Amino acid sequence: MTFTYLVNDPKGMHARPAGVMAATAKEFASDITVEYGGEKVDMKKILPLMGLPMKKGGTFTVTIEGEDAEAAEAAIRRALNDIDF
Amino acid sequence: MEVFQGKASFKGVAIGKIAEMKKADTVVRRTHVDDVDAEIARYHAGKEMAQKEIMELHDKALKEVGEAQAEIFEVHAMFLDDFDDSVENIIREQSVNAEYAVATTADNTAAMLAAMDDNPYMQARQTDVKDVADRVIRDMNGGSGSGNNFTEQVILVADDLAPSETVQLDKSKVLAFVTRGGSTNSHTAILARTMNIPALCQTPVPANVDGKMGIVDGFKGCIIVDPDEETLKQYKEQAAAEEEKKRLLRELKGKETVTKSGRKIKLYANIGGIGDLNFVLENDAAGIGLFRSEFLYLQSNDYPTEEEQFKAYRTVAEMMAGKEVVVRTLALGFRAIRICLTRPEIFKTQLRTLYRASAFGNIDIMFPMITSVWEVQQAKKYCEEVKKELHDQNIPFKDVPLGIMIETPAAVMIADELAEEVDFFSIGTNDLTQYTEAIDRQNQKLEKFFNPHHPAILREIQMTIDAGHRHNTWVGICGELGADPTLTEQFVKMGIDELSMSPSSILPVRKIIREMD
Repeated sequence: MTFTYLVNDPKGMHARPAGVMAATAKEFASDITVEYGGEKVDMKKILPLMGLPMKKGGTFTVTIEGEDAEAAEAAIRRALNDIDF
Repeated sequence: MEVFQGKASFKGVAIGKIAEMKKADTVVRRTHVDDVDAEIARYHAGKEMAQKEIMELHDKALKEVGEAQAEIFEVHAMFLDDFDDSVENIIREQSVNAEYAVATTADNTAAMLAAMDDNPYMQARQTDVKDVADRVIRDMNGGSGSGNNFTEQVILVADDLAPSETVQLDKSKVLAFVTRGGSTNSHTAILARTMNIPALCQTPVPANVDGKMGIVDGFKGCIIVDPDEETLKQYKEQAAAEEEKKRLLRELKGKETVTKSGRKIKLYANIGGIGDLNFVLENDAAGIGLFRSEFLYLQSNDYPTEEEQFKAYRTVAEMMAGKEVVVRTLALGFRAIRICLTRPEIFKTQLRTLYRASAFGNIDIMFPMITSVWEVQQAKKYCEEVKKELHDQNIPFKDVPLGIMIETPAAVMIADELAEEVDFFSIGTNDLTQYTEAIDRQNQKLEKFFNPHHPAILREIQMTIDAGHRHNTWVGICGELGADPTLTEQFVKMGIDELSMSPSSILPVRKIIREMD
């Protein structure tokens, strides 16, 4: 399954959202990737995530494959909203 | 005596012995291992210990610099999780020791970050990656401290300071931070601001300064190594004055500016740009009494666009969080308000941005160099036009208080009539003195005739205050005289409502007022 997310954080990508995203993704067995600007990285790894040059107003795509995909989607959406990324 | 110029990330003066930061020795050798599983287990044990230590640093940083800055340690702990695949792979494929695998992984990661030259934030994370890798390597070998236990207070010099290094330091022993690399936004700079000690970055200090005497001048952004007697004496005096200021700061910050009998005076700051805001907040100004808007025009060859101006005013209004901000309209070229009234399109653009920004805080508009009632009425007419436009376009704005500068003898003489037109007066003593005493500021020969304490000036101030009060118009002073501590008491007795001055003068003047009856 996939969903898209619109970046609302004026600072764009930085340590905090990357940390929250990686920590959330790690809680699930599914393979989870983030795609932005043609670049695709493993959401469970903080460094590649931090390397995505996301800006406010940009959109990224999350792809989740695995048995707990639905739960993962809900948790990731909630985490992103919580930090208002 | 040698001077090395860097960038100041926090102002102040520090005098003391220089100490070079000792880095823990992490020379890594590549050795062959037979039992790769045991080696991988050794890596995980070291990593877990490192993560535990990093979280302890997180808790310490939380207390010292707050949550926003402490968060980086949580991220550091997560960096190490990213190391797993690469480290295990290197150990297994090459049958090598865990130290080598960790160091290689860190080097590769740092190289990847270094390549992101369009992203300075990520480039700066290289230091962090190497720092966490070093910690794992140390912990795999039983761990060890950094060996930076100073017995006396020192000026700490380092190539760069990782957040973990600054957090681990015994802060009571640090007089100043000086780094050869780093940036003004680094953890070290933030820590220095919290600790109120000077810090320099990007300073090319040579390697042989350990143990030498040094002076850090955070105002000029330089470090002086082996200063001569004269320089040392001069800085000791400055440091003593700084110490007194810090003491005042601790004592008077957050206190009201009020006399013993309960008369409150608005103590405001003069600023020339957004860069001064930190200084304003640091010195606890109750508002901004003079925001010189010229910087916006001087920065660009052309007149700034409405959006550029709007952004600047909105930032100031928001940062001051509801405190009064008096913005003086353009005071350039052929004398202030006259340029505004001669070129209404520039003037109206500025008024429009100010009214738009008024929705985000507490902005007042002040017109400079007024000599007649007609000029004020004309300026107010433009304000009304702008308000109508904004109203028609459904753009939010507030009904901004309007004031004028009293800086010509003409304005003093007709202060009663002017007071009927506006909400406040601010006396610009610099120009008022110049015009009253017929002193041309550009002519150095006239300097000895310049007398800011001339009785004529003080009488003009009294006349202005009295005229203002007859019409419910508050009166302040925003010229240099406003910060003159020998006149503070007299101004308060004369009935002044507001004094606006450079941020560094605020607390000493507050002290004088609080001690008055």
